[in-house]
Amino acid sequence: MKVAIIQFPGSNCDWDAEHSVQNVIGLPAGRVWHKDPLPEGVEAVIVPGGFSFGDYLRCGAIARFSPIMSDLQRFADQGGQVLGICNGFQILCESGLLPGALVRNDCMEFRCLNQSLKVEDSNERFNTEALAAQLTLPIAHGEGNYRADTEVLADLEANNQVLLRYSPNPNGSINDIAGIRNPTGNVYGMMPHPERAVESHHPCLDGLPVLRAFLQPLLQSSSVKLSA
Amino acid sequence: MKVTVFVSPKTTVLDPQGAAVEQAIKSLGHHSIEGVRVGKTVTFQMEGSDTPEIRDEIDRLCDGLLSNPVIEDYRYEITTE
Repeated sequence: MKVAIIQFPGSNCDWDAEHSVQNVIGLPAGRVWHKDPLPEGVEAVIVPGGFSFGDYLRCGAIARFSPIMSDLQRFADQGGQVLGICNGFQILCESGLLPGALVRNDCMEFRCLNQSLKVEDSNERFNTEALAAQLTLPIAHGEGNYRADTEVLADLEANNQVLLRYSPNPNGSINDIAGIRNPTGNVYGMMPHPERAVESHHPCLDGLPVLRAFLQPLLQSSSVKLSA
Repeated sequence: MKVTVFVSPKTTVLDPQGAAVEQAIKSLGHHSIEGVRVGKTVTFQMEGSDTPEIRDEIDRLCDGLLSNPVIEDYRYEITTE
């Protein structure tokens, strides 16, 4: 397994994430229970969407203390590639792997729609040339309203750590932020679901370039063909 | 002893629940009410007594799990129940 997808009690996008990586993109992927160690040889980790621990207390607050999280912290510290999607993004923020926090949508509604997103020129992998200026990806969340204090927000903007912005904004997220990365560019988090936009029966296919951008270091070092 | 932890959204953070509740309060005719914030309380029994060490332990619990310092403040009360 090159790509590990962490399963918490209440994760529900784990199978979709595995399917999109293994069967659509073609990299060996597997699901890893949150109480098990991160397997040796893993080159990327996806923290999938869902409602880990029922979203009790705060979204991601309890998952943050799962046994596998110390392995994940170490993996990220060593430069390992980590992507948190939706609840996974909330877990990465709670654990401090990404700055800020996600609170209730300002509309007080669960938002489930195909969302138009503006791509930012963040780094050599996530930019308008590698992806597109505009993407459409499914969103499905009640707590996607990104919040950070003024200083953290200024740092995010100054270091080009914003990956995607909502256009228009569905949840009140500050600076329209839909996805960010850490300063070193190995930990990524986003509320939209790229794994739900990779096949012709999905509403759109824009998840494919996003997942490929995240998995690029693995794709470059493997014999996997880049064509869809 | 009994510990009651009160967690509330930071005053600098948007509180959509508080805003929605405030709107409902105003729709009931209570126009003199404003600044509604919705938080949560967590109560638990704890062995020991109110000492600086116990308070350190409760602070660690509040900072790490019961509240998120990015978006929330907390305070707690210790009673002998």
